Amino acid sequence: MIIALAGNPNCGKTTLFNALTGSTAHVGNWPGVTVDKREGTYKKRGLKIQIVDLPGIYSLSPYTPEEVVSRNYIIKERPDLVVNVVDATNLERNLYLTTQLLELDVPVVIALNMGDVLKKEGKSLDDAKLSKLFKVPVVKISALKKEGLEELMCTVSESAASAREGFSVIEKGALENLFKDAKTLYKDKGADNVAFRAVKAIEQDVEEVKTNSDVTAKIKEKLNDGEDYEAVVADLRYTFITEKTKGVVGGKQKAVKLSASDRIDRVLTHRIWGIPIFLFIMFAVFHLTFSEDFLYLGAMGAIPESANPTGWNNIFGNGAINAPGTILFNLMDLATGKLGDLVAGAMPEGTWYTSMVCDGLLGGVFSVLSFIPQILVLFLFLSILEDSGYMARVAFIMDRAFRRFGLSGKSFLPLLMCFGCAVPGIMATRTIESERERRLTIMITPFFSCGAKLPIWACIGSVLFAGQYKDLIVYGVYVLGIAVAVLSALVLKKLVIKGETSAFIMELPEYRRPQFSNTMIHLWQKLKHYLFRAATVIAGATVVIWFLTSFSFSFSFVEDQGESILGVISKAFQWLFVPLGFAMGEDGWKFVVAAFSGLIAKEMVVSVLGMFAGMSNDVLDLDESTLLSTGFGSLVVGMAGGVPAAMAFMAFNLLSVPCMAAVGAASGELSKKKYLFGAIAYWMLTAYIVSALIFWIGRYWWISIILAGIVTVAVAAKLIYDKYGKKRVKTVKDINKE
Amino acid sequence: MLTTLDKLEKGMQGKVVSVTGEIKIKRRLFDMGITPGAGIVLRKVAPLGDPIEITLRGYELSLRKSEAASVTVEV
Repeated sequence: MIIALAGNPNCGKTTLFNALTGSTAHVGNWPGVTVDKREGTYKKRGLKIQIVDLPGIYSLSPYTPEEVVSRNYIIKERPDLVVNVVDATNLERNLYLTTQLLELDVPVVIALNMGDVLKKEGKSLDDAKLSKLFKVPVVKISALKKEGLEELMCTVSESAASAREGFSVIEKGALENLFKDAKTLYKDKGADNVAFRAVKAIEQDVEEVKTNSDVTAKIKEKLNDGEDYEAVVADLRYTFITEKTKGVVGGKQKAVKLSASDRIDRVLTHRIWGIPIFLFIMFAVFHLTFSEDFLYLGAMGAIPESANPTGWNNIFGNGAINAPGTILFNLMDLATGKLGDLVAGAMPEGTWYTSMVCDGLLGGVFSVLSFIPQILVLFLFLSILEDSGYMARVAFIMDRAFRRFGLSGKSFLPLLMCFGCAVPGIMATRTIESERERRLTIMITPFFSCGAKLPIWACIGSVLFAGQYKDLIVYGVYVLGIAVAVLSALVLKKLVIKGETSAFIMELPEYRRPQFSNTMIHLWQKLKHYLFRAATVIAGATVVIWFLTSFSFSFSFVEDQGESILGVISKAFQWLFVPLGFAMGEDGWKFVVAAFSGLIAKEMVVSVLGMFAGMSNDVLDLDESTLLSTGFGSLVVGMAGGVPAAMAFMAFNLLSVPCMAAVGAASGELSKKKYLFGAIAYWMLTAYIVSALIFWIGRYWWISIILAGIVTVAVAAKLIYDKYGKKRVKTVKDINKE
Repeated sequence: MLTTLDKLEKGMQGKVVSVTGEIKIKRRLFDMGITPGAGIVLRKVAPLGDPIEITLRGYELSLRKSEAASVTVEV
C-alpha cells in the first residue's frame, strides 16, 4: 500500500514523516525538477505501508513546481490514500489546502497535528465536527511527541480500502450552476477526478487547459468576461472554512499578551539591531566551523605558541585553539592520511597501480572526505537555524539588499557558504524556491573565493614583491571575486536569465525549538548524499585525472608531468592562454597545466607548480617566508609576463570552474543539463576575459583609458538612446493614433 | 477609507477589499488567505524598509511592498 503525505509547509509534515519511517527514508529529486522527493516505509503491527512525502504546499495552483508535482503525483501515480496533515494552531489556512485535496477522487485522512499546543493555551479541539464537515476520518496526533501515530496508521489502512468520490465546497453558492455543467461535461467524457477538474475548468487553470482543452473551452464560453474566477473560488473556499469551522477550536480568543515567539522576533528583526544580530550569528557559525583561532584566544596571547609543534598541536592548533569544525577537519585529515600511508605501505612501490590507488583514487577521494566534518558542522548550524524559524527571518531582513541583483534574501546564505566551500553552498541553493533565482545564484557561486583557493593566493602573495603586499593581494582577490559576482548578477539578470522577479510572499513561521532527531536525520541524509558523490563522481574523476597526469599518449608511465597527456594537451592549448600573460615564455605551459588541474580541484594548483619547481616536499608545508628562496619562488617571480601575468593567473583560478565536486553539486541542483553547460561556459568565459583585462591593463596602463573611453561612449549612447530614441518611437505611435 | 496595503503603518488594521495585479502573484496572495473580507494587521517593516510583515488568519506573512500595493484595504 502506498500513501502520500500532503500539507502546508511548517505543519509538522516532516516530523510526522520522520516519526513514521525512521531511518528508512531516502531522498531524491522528482524527475525534471529539483523538488525533494522523499520516500520511506512504515512497519508496525503487521502493517507495511509505503509513504511518499509530497512537498509542503499551500494550494494546488499550477504556478509552482511543488504544487504541480503534488497534484500530478496524486492524479497520475494514484496513491491508495492521502494523509492531509493539518496544523491545528493555524486551522483556517491549513484547511484551504484540505478543501482542494478533497476535490480529488482519493481516500483522505486528516491528521490534526499540534492539538497539544492548543490544549496548553487552554483551547479545545472538536475533531468530530471537522470529520462530519469534510466527510473523512480525522485523527488527532502529535508528530513531535509521537502520539496518535498508531491510531492514524490503523485508520489509514482501514480507509484506503473504500473508494471516495471528490466533492467541492463550491458546489453550493455563486458558482453552483457552472460547477454542475462542468462536472457533467467531464462525466460525459469519462474523465477521472471530476470535481477537481470542474473547479480547474472554471478557474481556466493552465495545466487543465493543456490536458482537457475541449471541456475547458466549452466552459470558457459560459464565463463572464472580466470576472476573476480564481478570486471567486478562493473566496468561496475561505468563506466556507470561516463559517463552517466556527467552534472547531473552542476556548477564549488568542491572548493579547505577546507570546514567547513574538518577543524573540521583536529582537531578531529589530529595525536597527536586526542586521547586526544577523551578521553576528553568521560570523559565529563560520567562526565555529572554519576558524583556526577560536574565540581569538591566540590573537589575545592567551595560549603560548609551542616551538616544537607536536601532532596534537596540528590538530588542536598551535598558539591558538582551533574551532570545533577545524579540529574535526584535522582529525579526519589525519585519519585519511594515515589510512593512505597504510595502503601505500602494503602495496609494492613504484608500480603504476600503486600510483593509481595512492596518488589518484585515495588522494582525490580523501581530499574530499576530509571536508566532510566541516560540511557537517556547517549544516548542523544551518539546520538548527532553519528549524528554529530564523532562516525565514534572514530572508525577510536581507531581501531588499539582494533584490536589485535579481536575487532574493534566500540567496545570501548559500553565497556566504561559498567562502568556505562551493559544494555545500551550491547544495544550499535548494532552499531558493524560484528556479530562476536558484540558477542565478549557482552561476555566481564560484566567484566567492573558497577555502581551497586560499593557498594559491597565500603562496603567490608571499613571493610577489618579496611578500611585502601579501595581505593586500589576498584581500584584493576576495574583493575581485565579489565585484565580478555582483557585476555578473546584474548582467545575467538583464541578458541571460530574464523573466520577472519572483514574488516574495512567504510565511514567517513561529519560532520553535529545533528537534534533535530531525536535525540528525537531516544531517544523515546530507552525509549520504555527499558520500555517494565522493564514491562515484569524484572517485571516477580523480582516476581519470591521475591517468591524464601520469601517462603519456603512448600509454607509458611518466615521471615528468609535462610529458603526460594533460601536459601535452596543456601545451597544445598554451597559445590560447598567451593573451592572459601566464602562458608566455618557456615556463608558460607549467602554469597552463596548473590552471587545468585547478579545474579539477583547486588544491592541486599549488602542488602542481611545486612539482614543476622541482620541490620534493609539499609547497604548502613550507613556511611562507622561505617560499621566495625556493624553486616555487623563482618560478613565479620569473614569469615571462611579470607581475601582471601572476595577477591574471590568480584571477583565472579564482573565476574559472571551481572544482569537479562543485560541478557535480551544480548538476544535482540545476534541473537541465543545458543550464549546467551554460554555467560552465560562463565561468570559463568570465575567467578568460577578466584575466586578460587584468594582464593587459597591468602591462600597459593606458589600455584602461581606452576601455574607460569605450565604456563612457557606450553609456552615453545608451543614455542618448533612452532620451531621444524612445521618444521618437513614441511620437510615431502618437501620430498613428492621431 | 480605502488605501493599499503597502501604505499602512505599523500597528494599523484593515480589511481586504480587492486584489489586483499579475495573475501568478494574485493567485499566490489568494492562496495565502488575502481574500476580500480578510482582516489584516501590519506587524512590522523590515530593517531596510521592505518587505513588510502582516498578521492575517492567525499567522504571520511577509510580502514586498510592490506586491502589497496590489491589495486594496479598507482602514
